[in-house]
Amino acid sequence: MQAFVFTFSALLVLGGAFGVILGKNPVRCALSLVLTLFGVAILFISLEANFLAAVQVIVYAGAIVVLFLFVIMLLGVDKAEDLRTDPLVGQRWAGIAIGVLLGAGLLFVVLKGTITGASSQGAAVIKGGSDVNQISRLLFTTYLYPFEITSVLLIIGVVGAVLLARRRADQDIEIDADEPVDTFDDPADAELEELHEAAEKEVAS
Amino acid sequence: MIVASQIAPQWYLGLGAVLFTIGATGLLIRRNPLIMFMCVELMLNAVNLTFVSFAHKLKDVGGQVNVFFVLIVAAAEVVVGLAIIVSLLRRRPEATADDITLLKG
Repeated sequence: MQAFVFTFSALLVLGGAFGVILGKNPVRCALSLVLTLFGVAILFISLEANFLAAVQVIVYAGAIVVLFLFVIMLLGVDKAEDLRTDPLVGQRWAGIAIGVLLGAGLLFVVLKGTITGASSQGAAVIKGGSDVNQISRLLFTTYLYPFEITSVLLIIGVVGAVLLARRRADQDIEIDADEPVDTFDDPADAELEELHEAAEKEVAS
Repeated sequence: MIVASQIAPQWYLGLGAVLFTIGATGLLIRRNPLIMFMCVELMLNAVNLTFVSFAHKLKDVGGQVNVFFVLIVAAAEVVVGLAIIVSLLRRRPEATADDITLLKG
């Protein structure tokens, strides 16, 4: 049974991962990413990390992938990408070669190495306690300062995102005057303007 | 209770290594910034899987707490990274990773 669960979720993980790096359409890549994340969540459950499996599905599949899809749809970049163009000559083959070398090295370490280190004493698994209980106990004792620092990190992230994504009025005008090709023309805006003009004409007549 | 003791941790670590390799290769061969970003997520997931399998092997919940922090950092990273990608793709909808210089100045 365990072997079946592992094989099934490993296939999900690897199939999703190959879907991400080989897919042409970004939307399909994002959906393949969901497949991988679910596979990893199943593996978490089989490793008795139930809380992390739930967080994995909620945060990754629920929030991060939705954010990806939102950006893809918002910017309308869900066109298939031409994978044959290779602006940097030989980049693809060099990338694959480096990837194979990296994979061989990592697998060598995993298969030839032995896991050293005794079972932990300090943060040992409390017998019978749920993993949520144990994680929260550690989080608010041993890892209290890192935990508080992550809240600062999240605030910085939010402020940075707002600053980066905001369209500054003065900058926009400058770009418009210089090279109008570079600005992002939303087709919906043009349609709205046409509708407005039509409505104004109707009112005038 | 589901116990994974029948499967050696080497299998989980090997799967993590393969997943990390796929992510790194994708990061090297793809040019669409959004998909490069998804490859970074794949690599982060591979590391999370390794953390959890070590936490299970060594009976130490500290590994799971680390995964929790990796999740938080990944969320912050996605927010800032996608903001950069949005401001890049706004200027050129077909932009690749080479066009990041458009954001200069």
